Amino acid sequence: MVKRELIVANEKGIHARVAAQIVAVAQKFDSHIWLQKGSNRVYGKSILDILSLACKRGSLVYVVADGPDEEEAIEAVADLFRNRFGET
Amino acid sequence: MKHSMKEELKLKGIGVSQGIVIGKAFVVQKGRISIPYYVLWNEEDIQKECERFIWAVDQVENEFLHLKESLRNGMADYASLLDVYRLILRDQLIYNETLNLIKSRGLNAIWALNMALEKVQQVFESVDESCVFDRLSDVGSVIERVMRKLSGQKSDIFENIRERSVLVIRDLSPADAAQIPLEKVMAFVLDIGGKTSHTAIIARSLNIPAVVATERATKEVETGDLVVVDGTSGDVTIRPRENTIRYYVELQLRLENYIKEINRKASQPAITKDGSRIKVEANIELLEDVVSAKDSGAEGIGLYRTEFAFMNRDSFPTEEELYQDYRQLAELMAPLSVTIRTLDVGADKLTPWLPVPDEVNPALGLRSVRLCLKYPQVLKMQIRAILRASSYAKNVKLMFPLISGIGELRILKNMVWKAMNELRRENIPFDEDIPIGVMIEVPSAVAIADLLASEVDFFSIGTNDLIQYALAVDRHNENVAYLFESLHPGLLRMIKFTVDSAHKRGIPVSLCGEMAGEPFYVPVLLGLEVDTLSMNAQSIPRVKNLIRRSIREDCKRFVRKILSKKTAKEINEELRHLVIREFHDEYHFFQEGFPSDGFSLLGAGVRL
Repeated sequence: MVKRELIVANEKGIHARVAAQIVAVAQKFDSHIWLQKGSNRVYGKSILDILSLACKRGSLVYVVADGPDEEEAIEAVADLFRNRFGET
Repeated sequence: MKHSMKEELKLKGIGVSQGIVIGKAFVVQKGRISIPYYVLWNEEDIQKECERFIWAVDQVENEFLHLKESLRNGMADYASLLDVYRLILRDQLIYNETLNLIKSRGLNAIWALNMALEKVQQVFESVDESCVFDRLSDVGSVIERVMRKLSGQKSDIFENIRERSVLVIRDLSPADAAQIPLEKVMAFVLDIGGKTSHTAIIARSLNIPAVVATERATKEVETGDLVVVDGTSGDVTIRPRENTIRYYVELQLRLENYIKEINRKASQPAITKDGSRIKVEANIELLEDVVSAKDSGAEGIGLYRTEFAFMNRDSFPTEEELYQDYRQLAELMAPLSVTIRTLDVGADKLTPWLPVPDEVNPALGLRSVRLCLKYPQVLKMQIRAILRASSYAKNVKLMFPLISGIGELRILKNMVWKAMNELRRENIPFDEDIPIGVMIEVPSAVAIADLLASEVDFFSIGTNDLIQYALAVDRHNENVAYLFESLHPGLLRMIKFTVDSAHKRGIPVSLCGEMAGEPFYVPVLLGLEVDTLSMNAQSIPRVKNLIRRSIREDCKRFVRKILSKKTAKEINEELRHLVIREFHDEYHFFQEGFPSDGFSLLGAGVRL
């Protein structure tokens, strides 16, 4: 299991289209992926779950991956955060 | 007969997608879906109900897919929205849950689906976020499509649109939007909705004028009525008289020409009518932003926010990485100047690598240059990278944020000298005359601006933080947000003193807060004699346009006048009058964007 701490850096936070990007990436991997904010942990392959975390700009999110391709999976999700989901 | 008896009627909504359209209305009436409840007793029926549900979801998904394929280029916003709907459709909380309820409890599909939806809504209701409303309506409207399929209702409510029309509808769910024959829609008019609603996004990405929140358009308009939709002002005129039509036809032409003209001239310098040139630069955060900055007519980068290189990474960035980043930016912009601001973040952003103190009041705590002074190795690395990048075209400027006094500044400048000496010893080239400036955003820096001016090469006023600190207001705190007044007399005096002090010592002043990017503030900032405005790239064409139409001496006179006013509200009104008088077309086309005075955010009961 691998864990990574990330910051939501885009202005609008994790809104529907950003959540969709995360799910689309997460679904490419066999590993289980979770997102955690505070004490809430949700499934990274469910758009509704991710939206229910209500992550604003500056939110601290832990991404957890567990499975055969966990390293690649967490790297791919971290890339999205790093690129601010292609937004400003 | 019926129509000829009805009078012209004007409705006021919110314009969310620019443009003026005159056309015939098509009013959409939508019925409600009933949700039956029954229980299935045998395995075979349950299996059939599951299959029926899967079929309905497939159908709706295919509709979304089909629509996505038929989209033209330049509708990426809308296309990605359709991806969102498909994910919602297949989300385990909806899809798996519904199948589960059918199988385990023998419920009929619509009832089961509704239960799943209600459960999701409960989760969202417990989340305290204003934007959740938007997300909820997304989910609801996607599910509604599936329910319509299951109930056998005809889902195409738009099939009767015969000719190009103005679509009048109570609410446009994104899923409904997927069904619209877009080539037949001239404009949207909605009863409800807001500036960030999906109708707004869709309309803008399609370049279709739209007005939302008219409250009663579907009640007042009948299919076939002539309507005029002004997507800028938010006015909808139903059954217009002949002279109204003539007025709008002319306005339509003028708006199109106006915008074309502004964009055409964006790359030319901004010189006032009396020959004073104002530099207009861009604020950027990523290297990629350079392209849009240049396209919009930026004459330099007035603020490069360097924080991003430090966020969301496993390892701390190296000097080499920072250098490559800054050098590329300098090369891309040369010979235009690039102002690089040193790291300006709160301690929390550096958590992965550095110990973070618990702070009761982070806005007044360990942030920005203070953080850099606590961890000087970080700042030293950054200063070296900036210096090295300056050697290529000698177009780099170094800027320190959040300076509160000269003692602090001297320590920072000392670090720069040391870094320069090191580089000389290592035979690494850099610009020996690199300008060093400070951001003016702490009230104490304003008070000693005359002293600071003899220590640095330029000032850059950061209005966002300066307002926050000078007025002691956190604008994200809704209880006090109304006090965040950009035209507060106190703030205008501070800017004036800062500029005057700088000019006495012969150094230039830039303004890089959000105020700079608000075109309607141009007369104020010109009158305060700011030399450079730095803003988000999108604002540049409009700001340049208004500068070209101003007379600097008149603006100075205007500022002298407003400096004698006692409240931001009075100043705001003076500005509105000036803008209406001098830039009538700009005000007319963009009046929805005129900044409100803060007190209008207060409830009516408290207002004076």
